[in-house]
Amino acid sequence: MNLNMTLVGELIAFIVFVIFCMKYVWPPIIGAIEARQAVIADGLAASDRAAKDLELAQEKATAQLKDAKAQAAGIVEAAKKREAQIVEEAAVKAQAEKEKILASGHAEIDTERNQAKEELRQQVAILALAGAEKILERSIDAAVHSDILDKLVAEL
Amino acid sequence: MSAAEITSQEYIKHHLTNLSVGEGFMTVHLDTLGWSVFLGLVFIMLFRSVAKKASTGVPGKLQCAVEMVVEFVDDSVKSTFHGNNPVIAPLALTIFVWVLLMNAMDWVPVDLIPRIFELFGVHYMKAVPTTDPNMTFALALGVFALIIYYSIKVKGIGGFIKELTTQPFGHWSLYPVNFILEMVTLLARPLSLALRLFGNLYAGELIFLLIATIGLFQLPVHFLWAAFHLLVIPLQAFIFMMLTILYLSLAHEDH
Repeated sequence: MNLNMTLVGELIAFIVFVIFCMKYVWPPIIGAIEARQAVIADGLAASDRAAKDLELAQEKATAQLKDAKAQAAGIVEAAKKREAQIVEEAAVKAQAEKEKILASGHAEIDTERNQAKEELRQQVAILALAGAEKILERSIDAAVHSDILDKLVAEL
Repeated sequence: MSAAEITSQEYIKHHLTNLSVGEGFMTVHLDTLGWSVFLGLVFIMLFRSVAKKASTGVPGKLQCAVEMVVEFVDDSVKSTFHGNNPVIAPLALTIFVWVLLMNAMDWVPVDLIPRIFELFGVHYMKAVPTTDPNMTFALALGVFALIIYYSIKVKGIGGFIKELTTQPFGHWSLYPVNFILEMVTLLARPLSLALRLFGNLYAGELIFLLIATIGLFQLPVHFLWAAFHLLVIPLQAFIFMMLTILYLSLAHEDH
């Protein structure tokens, strides 16, 4: 073993290197590492939160879908009811209309029949008069015998 | 082979001689100093270039590699030392990477660097700085100074002396015995730090040199020993770093 001035030189070099490392090497590198670790931790936490949010949103969407389905079923049900109601109402209305039309038809027929009867009566009276004129072969005073003729017409 | 002209003993001795200037204590090993400072600068410049561009976004490949080392050291420090000290982590990083780089010079074939320097007329070149006790003792003494400094800073001079004298035996008459025991413990720390690193690397280098003298069969044997050093080199750097952290955390503990 020959210890000598080399030791002193190395000691100085050692001290200089350590001080340089302490001042200019260690702090920036460890700072960058720790800052990145913080960024990564934040990112992981954010992704966790996002996953939880997604789960919540999915649950919400499922619930909303269920609600919507229930609502749609309700609407269809109501529509069916309404349809049945409308059909029924229409049927009732049609029945009423039919009866009205029938009644008016009957009334028209009645009046026409009455008119025809009246015309027929008058023509029969004329025919009867003409027949009677021919049979008697003489003129009859229409004015004198009109009461008889009227009675005849009324009997027809 | 160069071993053909000289004996293997001379060959090994030649390779284990430092390039030095000066006499006696004033001797300076230029190769140890030069290589260690060069490797220290490699470490500092590499890490500084990353530190300058360090971004919190997606890191580049070099930044990833450097951050892996920094995080490894940071984890080692945090698992052992629970106080708040801005010196220990950078100190541990410097020791780990620097020692690792200096040990890694052991992988360079033993004749390569000396031969290159011989072309320029430099006849001695020992390229592994940690095989020089001056290097390992410098590191250990630096750590030792910090142990003493933090012991006194945290516990006060009185507290430090009390720690050295009042345990393990509680009775006042045994205080001198305590002091001797504690001093041995204290002094054994830098001594074991320095000698462990020096011993491992010196022995490793010596075996490489021995292998280099056995002729043709040195290639597979050399490969095996180098593969074994894949373990030894990082392990010794790691041990030096861990023990430094451990000793400094012990210095911070107040009994």
